Amino acid sequence: MKTNDVIFQTVAKVVFFMIIFFAVHLFFAGHYYPGGGFVGGLLTSGALVLLLLAFDMKTVQRGFPVDFKWLIGIGLLFSIGTAAGSLLFNVPFFTHAYNYFQLPLFGKTSLHTAMLFDLGVYLVVIGVTMTIIQTIGESE
Amino acid sequence: MSLLHWAILAPFLMTLFVPFIHKRASVIHTGWFVLILPIVLFAVFLQYLPVTRMNSSITQTVAWIPSLDINFTAYIDGLSLLFALLITGIGALVVLYSVFYLSKTKEKLGHFYVYLLMFMGAMLGVVLSDNVITLYMFWEFTSISSFLLIAYWYDRERSRYGALKSMLITVFGGLMMLGGFLVLSLMGDTFSIRELAAQALELNEDPLFLLAMVLVLLGAFTKSAQFPFYIWLPDAMEAPTPVSAYLHSATMVKAGIYLVARFSPIFALSGYWFWIVGAVGLFTMTWASFNAVKQTDLKGILAFSTVSQLGLIMSLLGVGAASLHVETLDDHLYTAAIIAAVFHLINHATFKGSLFMVVGIIDHETGTRDIRKLGGLMSLMPVTFTLSVIGAFSMAGLPPFNGFLSKEMFFASMVHLLELDLFQMDTWAILFPVMAWIGSVFTFLYSMMIVFKVFTGRFQPEKLEKKPHEAPIGMLVSPIILALLVVVFGLFPNLLSYSLIQPAAAAIVPAILPPGGQLDVHISFWHGFKPELFMTIGVIVIGILLYKLMPKWIKIYDYMPGKVTLNQFYNASLYAAERGSNAITNAYMTGFIRSYLVYIFTFFIALLGFTMWAKGAFHYDASSAASIGLYEAGLVVVLAISIVTILLAKSRLTSIIALGAVGYTVSLFFVVFRAPDLALTQLVIETVSTALFLLCFYHLPALSRHNEKRRFQAGNALVAAGVGVIVTLIGISAHSSKFFPSINEYYIENTYKKAGGENMVNVILVDFRGFDTLFEITVLSVAALGIYGLIKLRIGKGGETNENQ
Repeated sequence: MKTNDVIFQTVAKVVFFMIIFFAVHLFFAGHYYPGGGFVGGLLTSGALVLLLLAFDMKTVQRGFPVDFKWLIGIGLLFSIGTAAGSLLFNVPFFTHAYNYFQLPLFGKTSLHTAMLFDLGVYLVVIGVTMTIIQTIGESE
Repeated sequence: MSLLHWAILAPFLMTLFVPFIHKRASVIHTGWFVLILPIVLFAVFLQYLPVTRMNSSITQTVAWIPSLDINFTAYIDGLSLLFALLITGIGALVVLYSVFYLSKTKEKLGHFYVYLLMFMGAMLGVVLSDNVITLYMFWEFTSISSFLLIAYWYDRERSRYGALKSMLITVFGGLMMLGGFLVLSLMGDTFSIRELAAQALELNEDPLFLLAMVLVLLGAFTKSAQFPFYIWLPDAMEAPTPVSAYLHSATMVKAGIYLVARFSPIFALSGYWFWIVGAVGLFTMTWASFNAVKQTDLKGILAFSTVSQLGLIMSLLGVGAASLHVETLDDHLYTAAIIAAVFHLINHATFKGSLFMVVGIIDHETGTRDIRKLGGLMSLMPVTFTLSVIGAFSMAGLPPFNGFLSKEMFFASMVHLLELDLFQMDTWAILFPVMAWIGSVFTFLYSMMIVFKVFTGRFQPEKLEKKPHEAPIGMLVSPIILALLVVVFGLFPNLLSYSLIQPAAAAIVPAILPPGGQLDVHISFWHGFKPELFMTIGVIVIGILLYKLMPKWIKIYDYMPGKVTLNQFYNASLYAAERGSNAITNAYMTGFIRSYLVYIFTFFIALLGFTMWAKGAFHYDASSAASIGLYEAGLVVVLAISIVTILLAKSRLTSIIALGAVGYTVSLFFVVFRAPDLALTQLVIETVSTALFLLCFYHLPALSRHNEKRRFQAGNALVAAGVGVIVTLIGISAHSSKFFPSINEYYIENTYKKAGGENMVNVILVDFRGFDTLFEITVLSVAALGIYGLIKLRIGKGGETNENQ
């Protein structure tokens, strides 16, 4: 079955970037405004799913030559690593730390270890969603 | 961490390096590297000899789980040291032997030495632990490493069978033993064996005492292959011969002996101990030696012989308990039993170790272990022949080897029981020496079979796979060392008397030691014309007679029932357990996910409904409820319409879209209730999961609702309605009853102060309740990999097997 979906594909290309940027925004905004790693990750995978629907598995694979199973592992490593990292500073497992820094361009910014943990969540969520969808989509 | 702790942990640490050594330096046999460790450890343990010689001991404690009173306490006394020396000494010889036995190119040496080292460390842990929980942990480690080693050639069906059998039986015993330990520690309020032994008298009065004793003995009997648990040991002979020599004759199976010896100070006062340990040991000894004679596999003979010899040592430990009750000057008669047990333990390790290695050599050089195919090897393998003569004659109890000395002491101990007027011994005592004697006759018989059936008689080269010749010198070194020890200990037994035997025996019966004194150890060849001498002569005469007449009476084994053996019982119960659990599982696992959902939800309704009813938990209070506005009412209507659409939809596509509508409506509720985070997440999840549903939808068969029966539909409707009602009731009750103030104040106060964030939901997710998130993403990952595995790695029908290659 060959369908002509030029409009869908063209729109998807543009919308994809909008969604991704929004997702990244959500991820970074997390600590102060609605958002966070979980939603950010889901939205990112949503964008990828949109591309999958508009094009096909192979095209998306070519655009993003990422093995999403690896993302799961990397994400878990980030999350557990952040949690375990506190042990190195002789504080209980999973103690977060934060401080405020004066950064160029951003001005006064808070840097937070929770961000690293959230990055792990973000990656795991993308990895998990995409692994499941790809596997089911690929199977005969 | 003291030296003792490092000695226990060293083999475990070494296992980390073995795979790398094996990979990097594959030119050199991995065994050479591994060999260093047991030699070093042996030297380390030798340094403790002067300490234990004076009957003193060393205790070192490292806190492990101090809150539960579980510590890694290393304790070394005469008994522990004897075992530690056996483990590392025999270990070194076995590793050396394995270098020549296992081919560098064909075998998976990395695995082999990892398992072997794991066993060595575990075994050292067992004999050097004072804390029962630590002891139990190491004990199970020995079971696991034994399992791995028996299944070393795992492509053979018999290896897997033997490994599973040993695992099931020894782990069963281990769990019983753990139960015994827990009962003991409840009675004595400590996990330390020494502290328990100090309270032995009070423990004896405890009503749970007998239970604890039986449970601990179950652990010992399964591990040391006593009747009726011995059936795993013959099957364990599928392991490579170095493993059989090490685990299944010299060390691991003696863990049960160790346990009995170690707990003697606690239990031995009881008459039950005397009877159970003594009688089970003696019966095992006789029964196994009787069975050994009918074996045709050399390793089979040695396996039954090991069972029999373990029974002998066990019975001596049981009988030796009598020494605690006899207050007369003669009481060294009964401590002699303990001394004989320790002495025979050492002797057995030497002669049985060398015999196993000899059998390994025969197997290696001829390609078979079947005594019906072997014969006339004396001239072809003179060194091996000499070694087997020394080992087998010592086992048979012939002078001038060490086995003779301990066998005489064994007889003497059994005969002395006739004078004991304790534990109703006056009526039953005669059975002990009689059974001991019968067992020894058969021991003599199978020892002769090992030597003469293999090395004399007609040479049958046509039945052998290889052309037999003498083994390479490297393979002979270890058995030669052991055989030398057999001779040296035989000629000069007093080398051991006060260095190893006395301290070990003193640790078994500390109660009868005079303060600062020692037990009297006297081992000599000539005792005068005592009953034990005549018993030995009788054994030799009758043994030779039976050996000569063997073809005439061997048929009696055919009359033994083949159907009601213990092995049949084991196989049948395993089969029944598998069938039974299959039947139970199949009864409710229909393969339809809808059945499972019905189970889950029915249970859900029953449990929650019952709890709510029984506790009177339902509560209704609308005072704090907000008023229902136009938006909410509208959303409820949309929600209801979508749900009804799902139920009535004729195609799956419609259902999926309607389900999506339900999800989006719910997220709109979140918007109305001003929960932007939830709304956002719900929206995205709905989108992604609708896409996922569409993907799955592609794979599903067409919807066929009309086929379903009314009753089935009605049942589902009932369950669905039930779940709805229960959840609604819980929701109302939860809202109406406030038993404690809400936690939200805490979050409002601390989100910025403590976590430096302003979005409370996110701060809870990543910080306050970060553990939840961490485990959630872990579960998600496992689920994703599970789905990947299920779909990608579908195992095709008629998968390849490499059975018995």
